[in-house]
Amino acid sequence: MKSAIQELSLPDKETRAIRMPDYLKEAFTNVGQITQFAFRFFKELFLPRYEFKAFTEQCYKIGYKSLPLVAITGFIMGLVLTLQARPTLAEFGAESWLPGMVALSLIREIAPVVTALICAGKIGSGIGAELGSMKVTEQIDAMEVSAINPFKYLVVTRILATTLMIPLLVLFADGVGLFGAFVGVNIHNHVTLIRFFHQAISKIDFIDIIPATIKSVFFGFFIGLIGCYNGYTAENGTESVGKAANTAVVMASLTIFIIDMLAVQIIDLL
Amino acid sequence: MQVQALPITINKNDTAKNVIQIKGLHKKFGEHEVLKGINLTIKKGENVVVLGKSGTGKSVLIKCIIGLETIDEGEIMVLDQNISSISGKELNKVRIKMGFLFQSAALYDSMTVRQNLDFPLQRSSKHLSAKEREDMIIEELHDVGLSDAIDKMPSELSGGMRKRIGLARTLILKPEIMLYDEPTTGLDTITSKEISELILAVQQKNKTSSIIITHDMACAKLTADRIVILKDGVVVAEGTYEALENSQDEWVRSFFN
Repeated sequence: MKSAIQELSLPDKETRAIRMPDYLKEAFTNVGQITQFAFRFFKELFLPRYEFKAFTEQCYKIGYKSLPLVAITGFIMGLVLTLQARPTLAEFGAESWLPGMVALSLIREIAPVVTALICAGKIGSGIGAELGSMKVTEQIDAMEVSAINPFKYLVVTRILATTLMIPLLVLFADGVGLFGAFVGVNIHNHVTLIRFFHQAISKIDFIDIIPATIKSVFFGFFIGLIGCYNGYTAENGTESVGKAANTAVVMASLTIFIIDMLAVQIIDLL
Repeated sequence: MQVQALPITINKNDTAKNVIQIKGLHKKFGEHEVLKGINLTIKKGENVVVLGKSGTGKSVLIKCIIGLETIDEGEIMVLDQNISSISGKELNKVRIKMGFLFQSAALYDSMTVRQNLDFPLQRSSKHLSAKEREDMIIEELHDVGLSDAIDKMPSELSGGMRKRIGLARTLILKPEIMLYDEPTTGLDTITSKEISELILAVQQKNKTSSIIITHDMACAKLTADRIVILKDGVVVAEGTYEALENSQDEWVRSFFN
């Protein structure tokens, strides 16, 4: 009887303490380690030796080689957005607003986010898998024993390249998206290219382009950082290569939405 | 069998000739202590083979020597530099004088054989012209018998060829010390013998000192001036191939049967 009462009584201080779930612990640990990784990136960025050749190679791979994919998705974004928005605007007799509305939606929100998500899938996973594979096959160790700084050669160049190339890809997607919108408008109406672009650009201010570009710089930085972190810290075993690529895409996509949400709040305050 | 570390035996007159000197090396991974007080010396021009069952810390030992793993306790002197306490920049200067042949050869997948050899050379020898580097690459590939593979990608090479190219990439930096991590693992008997002969030829040509981690007794017999046997993270036997083959200890003898 006594023991039953004891069992019902309040647990001692230790057992009353709330234990943090393991997944939450792991999430915080990951954030801490990525932050450390980012600090190391900024530290190494300004120290010689500067890997210009490797950086330009990465810019070519990340930027130029992504152009076809970004062009196709950008064109479809503009076309679909125009076709979806036209009936609603036509109901209110506001079809003439279509170029301006599509241009604003594309430049401020849709092109940066969709391009970043496409790049998270293509570039983030590629970096994660490439570095993960290099880690597992001891290629990173081989660089280190040859007195080559693998962090600088592999990580710094890739993060810099994504940070620079993704805003440029976003601007390219803006242009191709507007052309897609022009094609969409011309399915039902006849508008010349010059008139369409005149109407679209007249609704865009400088303030629409700058925040979207700054946002894209952050998207690019985090796609590179997360891809490199997951690949560079992959554990031994081929399974970890797939895991690194997969985690890079999931984490980068989630980060893109978080940055986008914060950017919207900050722009509203300005 | 009670495992005890062998006492360190250094003749003070021979200290200058030691290229590697390890004292009381301890290394832990989490709670698991892999190396439990290793004492070992390697003399100039000596080939030392390290034997031991899987998981006894052989690979960890050579990774500690080249600074790929940090040590928990002890001292590693390489070419009169205490590599456990020097800065990263100084460590790189020592690393240039050491070569490391990985078990998988660790060739850079995205580069051709020529680029694999040129990449470390270009960075460590900035004074060399492109023509001089090209000549060195051709000479090194000739030495390992793979001149024809110069424009091939690593994916086009067999396991034995990859090991040879890995060796050429290491030797092109003219190291004073070579560390081989299971150089003949995964190769057929003939190719294993060829790699073992190449290790011996390298030592004779360049007068390098080497540590060879292996399970291949044919390789050990051919290459070893001295054999060190590890058990549970400590050195339990040390001597020439012949001496250990005729050891009183049954467990030591079991490696040679």
